[in-house]
Amino acid sequence: MSRRRFTMPTPPGVDDFHAHGAASTGDWETDRADERWVPTHCSFCGVQCGMYLRVAGGEVIGVEPRMDTPNRGKLCPKGVAAYQQIEHPDRLTHPLVRDGGHLRRATWDEALDRVVAGIRRIQHESGRDALATYGGASMTTEKTYLLGKFARLGLGTRHTDYNGRMCMVSAGAANMSAFGIDRTANPISDVAETDVALVIGANVPETFPIFIRHFWTLIDRGGTLICVDPRETTLARIAQLHLSVRPGTDAALLNAMLHVIVEEGLVDQAFVDAHTVGFDEAAAAVADSTPGRASQICGVPTDDIVTAARLYGRADKAMVNHARGLEHQIMGTRNAQAAINLCLATGNLGRPGAGYGTITGQGNGQGGREHGQKCDQLPGQRKFDDPGAIEHVAAVWGVDPDEIPERGVPIFAQLDLMEAGAIRGVLNFCSNPIVSWPDQARTHKILEGLDLYVVSDLFLSESALLADVVLPSAAWAESEGVIANSDARVFKINKAVDPPGEARTDIEILCELARRLDRGHLFDYDGPRAVFDELRRASRGGRADYYGITYERLDAPDGIAWPCPDEDHPGTPRLFEDLRFGFPDGRARFNAVAYEPPAEEPDDDYPYRLTTGRDVAHYLSGNQTRRLGYLTDQSPAPWAEVHPDTASALDIADGDAVRLTTRRGTTVLTARVVGTIRPDTVFVPYHWAPPIAANQLTISRFDPTSGIPNYKACAVKVERSAEPAIPVPPPPVPTEGSHA
Amino acid sequence: MTMERSIFVDPSRCIGCGACVAACRECDSHRGKSMMNLDFVDRGTSTAALPTVCMHCADPVAPCAQVCPVDAILQTDDGVVHSPDVSRCIGCTNCVHACPWGVPKFDVVEQLAYKCNLCYDRTSVGLGPMCATVCPSDALYYGTAAEVEAQRPNRKVIDVFGFGEQAVQTGNWMVVPADAPDLLPVITA
Repeated sequence: MSRRRFTMPTPPGVDDFHAHGAASTGDWETDRADERWVPTHCSFCGVQCGMYLRVAGGEVIGVEPRMDTPNRGKLCPKGVAAYQQIEHPDRLTHPLVRDGGHLRRATWDEALDRVVAGIRRIQHESGRDALATYGGASMTTEKTYLLGKFARLGLGTRHTDYNGRMCMVSAGAANMSAFGIDRTANPISDVAETDVALVIGANVPETFPIFIRHFWTLIDRGGTLICVDPRETTLARIAQLHLSVRPGTDAALLNAMLHVIVEEGLVDQAFVDAHTVGFDEAAAAVADSTPGRASQICGVPTDDIVTAARLYGRADKAMVNHARGLEHQIMGTRNAQAAINLCLATGNLGRPGAGYGTITGQGNGQGGREHGQKCDQLPGQRKFDDPGAIEHVAAVWGVDPDEIPERGVPIFAQLDLMEAGAIRGVLNFCSNPIVSWPDQARTHKILEGLDLYVVSDLFLSESALLADVVLPSAAWAESEGVIANSDARVFKINKAVDPPGEARTDIEILCELARRLDRGHLFDYDGPRAVFDELRRASRGGRADYYGITYERLDAPDGIAWPCPDEDHPGTPRLFEDLRFGFPDGRARFNAVAYEPPAEEPDDDYPYRLTTGRDVAHYLSGNQTRRLGYLTDQSPAPWAEVHPDTASALDIADGDAVRLTTRRGTTVLTARVVGTIRPDTVFVPYHWAPPIAANQLTISRFDPTSGIPNYKACAVKVERSAEPAIPVPPPPVPTEGSHA
Repeated sequence: MTMERSIFVDPSRCIGCGACVAACRECDSHRGKSMMNLDFVDRGTSTAALPTVCMHCADPVAPCAQVCPVDAILQTDDGVVHSPDVSRCIGCTNCVHACPWGVPKFDVVEQLAYKCNLCYDRTSVGLGPMCATVCPSDALYYGTAAEVEAQRPNRKVIDVFGFGEQAVQTGNWMVVPADAPDLLPVITA
């Protein structure tokens, strides 16, 4: 490339990291001849778009689209802005310890001594299980694998869990119960090849924007899109049929569709007979689930339900895809099972354009749940009820099988143990529960009540403000590793620059903690590659078999979908092509689903239904994206989305301040009055911190199978507020001594 | 002058995500400034959104350039209408007012006008412009008319727009329903 030089003045009024002094504030220039472009993938959602990070002078200075990866150069605004985290002035660059009610700067020695002393004291007084680890699925698979191993062998506790408990566990539990394996059956690109796509509870254009192109290919080909969502998303806008379902009632809708399919003879009986178990029970369970009854429950026209069932049931190839809208309910797992029942009844599995897809939210939401940081699994998606699994993993780890603690309980069951004082210490790597857990007041009380609360993160999150020790960790571009995207496709994250200041990678932090706990011999790695090679062996023969995947093979820009049992294996982009499912008899399971109303129904005091969700400019708890100027320009504050009929009944105009109150809490937001939401429903995006956090309002109720919170349907009161909308609190920064 | 490849704007596909606005800012020739416009048409009733890029008007050639008193806006032989030369721009805002699409932006601090230059640093060496490269839904697409018409049934591409009695033929294109008029009235006479 020829030498090109551009000089531009610093853009005035641009509220981003340049303006905050992280880059030169005078004239600045880029010189691409001096740049390195580091091929990698995005830090954010489960699409895991490929991108180049532009590196010059030891700093990440920008992003360049990468055309060879599945996203073909496409990026959403989060992907474009992701690089701005790296040199951000808010980054944690040294450890902090709590001292007299404040967080102050500390050396690594002092911080780690404090952590280790706390661990030893609590375990001496209350036993090994009095400690828990809690991990994030934004970390690479190496880190999540190592955190699970650290909990079990470093701390010797059974309590490890992860923030996918708020994300993928309903889909995972349903996948396991129906197919005996937890991953999407078909890649999302199969939508482009299908005849009828049913998308339920997935705001694809805002949460997985890059996947929208497959839906357009479907439409351009003359295929049919059916969208089920209480809001007219930009996906619903282009659907031939939009069912504006009442939040929390999806199973009633899906059961009615199965009812129609059974009644009208649209069942693929040959497939059902040859490849499934349990059809009669599932069909009997929907015998009374008429479209008329579903219409009453779901608030959508009877004819639309019948039409949807016929379109889906008569298609030669049909897909079902869902995401958190369906899953964030006490019915989450059963909703997903009801969706799978449709696929099984119509024989839509294992073919291009015919199948089932669970869309993963977090960047490594798939890989982060496969290798042991989830409470009920060991590496390779191995289950504790399989003694061979424990023996295999113990052999790889070089320990006696008895040394591996029994399975733990999900994080939201751990909360009860924390309230009871049975769990007294938590090591939190890469998650921000103050924003993300339901019922924020309860979360705050629990975290504050811990005897030891340690946070490792790249920014000082709202949750880290409550910590006894804060450890500065490397960002995604500061170490290497692998992730698995929504399609279970494993990609390689490459290192672009060194971590800032004294920040360390989570792998270094865990190994050093283990060494100080006299467990260093089990955590002797010289870097991510050594962890990955052990992970490959630990996963070998398991459901999520990574043995055939190597760093070298991952130089291929399309990645490799697991299972991949040996180095000559091409990977498995689509499951069940041989129509053998993950049970000893090879058959898939129907699960009879009975509809149950949401955890909290509207009543006279709280007459509307609150549902929470996401905005395209923000990611998860916002600890990263609320600091990136462009993204906060685009989406500066949460809002309450209200239908014009509701607004008019409550004397609310667009832009007015509205008070939202539930039995858990209250907040004041700006009203967005739009005809694109159900009149009985109010929507609030959840990325912001208290006092404007959606999770001040949500309910502490969980799916009994998966343990996922019921974010998508609770009862709320809406009033015009005399006070203005509460201002957006600035994200916390490590200013010494300023934190309570 | 006809551009070999150009941007095709298809508002029906826009998801309003703002990737184009973000990516435009990453273009090295105007780093930190977005030349994109993204509007929700009527958010009260619909999620429909509309991206507006510089259309690189060809005939009559570039109204923004025609009204520039200091010839700061130049057009190259490939049809690209460039951003005002910062060493010539006097901040008169004529271009801002003359543009039929409302594209040029005036920086009140610098007292300078800026506009899209089709990512000339990229397109002149064979790369796509940032906005259309990243656009998730191909609401902005960089390529040829033949490619677009082959991929999108019941759509056609147009490059002549009516502003009252004045027809403007542009370098970039819009993708419209097949039954839309060939000369699309943007402002009726």
